[in-house]
Amino acid sequence: MEKVIEVRNLVKKFGSFVANDHLNFDVFKGEIFGFLGANGAGKTTAMKILCGLSSPTSGQVKVAGFDIYKETEKIKRNIGYMSQKFSLYEDMTIAENIRFFSGIYGISPSDRKEKQEKLLKDLDLETAKDSLIGSLPLGWKQKLAFSVAIFHDPKIVFLDEPTGGVDPITRRKFWDLIYEASDRGITVFVTTHYMDEAEYCNRVSIMNNGRIEALDTPENLKKQFGAKNMDEVFLKIARNTE
Amino acid sequence: MKQFIGFLRKEFLHIFRDPRTMMIIFLLPIVQLLLFGKVINTDIQNSKIAILDQSHDNTTREITSKLMSSGYFVLGEELMPGDDVEDVFRKGKVKMVVSFGTNFEQTLERDGKVDVQLLADASDPNTARILTSYASGIINDYVKKEKLQNIQLPNQINTEVRMLYNEGLKSVYMFVPGIMAMILMLISAMMTSISISKEKELGTMEVLLASPLKPIQIVLGKVTPYLLLSFINALTIIIIGVFIFGVPIKGSFIFLMAESFLFILMALSLGILISTIAPNQMVAMFISVLALMLPTILLSGFMFPIENMPLPLRIISHAMPPRWFIVIIKNIMLKGTGIMYVWKETLILMFMAFVFIALSIKNFKIRLE
Repeated sequence: MEKVIEVRNLVKKFGSFVANDHLNFDVFKGEIFGFLGANGAGKTTAMKILCGLSSPTSGQVKVAGFDIYKETEKIKRNIGYMSQKFSLYEDMTIAENIRFFSGIYGISPSDRKEKQEKLLKDLDLETAKDSLIGSLPLGWKQKLAFSVAIFHDPKIVFLDEPTGGVDPITRRKFWDLIYEASDRGITVFVTTHYMDEAEYCNRVSIMNNGRIEALDTPENLKKQFGAKNMDEVFLKIARNTE
Repeated sequence: MKQFIGFLRKEFLHIFRDPRTMMIIFLLPIVQLLLFGKVINTDIQNSKIAILDQSHDNTTREITSKLMSSGYFVLGEELMPGDDVEDVFRKGKVKMVVSFGTNFEQTLERDGKVDVQLLADASDPNTARILTSYASGIINDYVKKEKLQNIQLPNQINTEVRMLYNEGLKSVYMFVPGIMAMILMLISAMMTSISISKEKELGTMEVLLASPLKPIQIVLGKVTPYLLLSFINALTIIIIGVFIFGVPIKGSFIFLMAESFLFILMALSLGILISTIAPNQMVAMFISVLALMLPTILLSGFMFPIENMPLPLRIISHAMPPRWFIVIIKNIMLKGTGIMYVWKETLILMFMAFVFIALSIKNFKIRLE
């Protein structure tokens, strides 16, 4: 299987505080990779390094086949990113947001129009094309933000706690979009602290105190820890490492 | 380049869709300038005064009519001997009383000198000072020209005062440069810092940084619209100054605009620096108002003369960019000087811009690590 992310001995320190302590993992093409951990476990830090928003203290990292130290520009062309806070411009319409983000990624106007039509159709938002983002309900905004993050067909999309603050039904619908993207061959790297979402991932890694404590499919993890669900797995790991 | 134009389009959408931003950018400069120029006018015009004339001879009548025809004063009340002068002030009707003693003309012709009493309401000390000095100027002038022509006094030194560069002592000459410094500082520094920290607050900054856009492109994209708008504002202020308030531009217009451009660049870099420190819009605004607006108004020499400040404040005033900019534009507009006379101030502004940019880059890197 093709590796799209390779992390070897990644260390990130802030002064004497070690946020990421020798991380090692691979992520494969088309996979939905869940990155779990309590707040402050170091998952956002690691994700920022993978996106080129922050540089590591030491270790080797390759994203989309490019080196994180030397080829950040190439990496940025091949990834999509959706931040924790919902990341479209509220004072611009759907079409204006799409136009802006396509411009940044160098998508030609004709491609843009074609893709925009498809996107609006898929999301049932054809009539809302010229509505301001600020006037849409949160669930729609998040779906749109995700669709815009993968508008330029990146190899990998990074989602930083994308479903914070929405109800379980909207969350489930959001995950349908993630599955579609994964079917198209886009690798999804998602951080979350909702354990029901962990079940939806192909593989999950669980972080605690800057270290990866477990990494496997949800099925195997449940077997390994003798747990009924991911919630229990998570709690057991947290207790073991205390 | 296409990326950049797309970015600019987005920035202008933000600006045009936010009524508050639009008001600050387009309305504030005009309102401020008109307010300072028209309402907060420290020039004396048509001040009401009272005359207490105990002689009623030709000289006192002529002096009275000179005062009234000067344009500075109007007759509010004519007092009779024995009237309570203080009572007039208490009623607040007049600001000054001019009192001539008895036998005014005879005394003047016999002794070659005579006393006039000017009583002013000094509960407003500035006005009182200006009123009395205007009145004594007019009276002296009259006496010298009309009465003492034929009398040669030995060893007399006459001082002749001319107010160069602002003969009419118009306060608007002072306000136009001051307002210009203040507005450019406000729009350039405050608006950019708010607009950058807004992206941080909304989380869109991370998305931009994770995109192929380079940080420098992001910063330039954020700054360019405000550079343009500030420049338009500088022009508006100058046009209003020249055509409504009659402030002259004696020096080169192009040089004036070039210096304004430099000042705007300096203020923009300061705005970027503030945005690297401030985590959100509120803090950015707070820093801008506290660190920029108040010092600009109080310490730049725009409202209060720097020479009269206590030493610590005088030292601090050196760090205020508008202080130097005000010197530069006053020189160009009122005195018509070129770069020869303001190179020092120009270098200081350049140095400040450089320091702000260097600090911003340093802060930005720290944040990224």
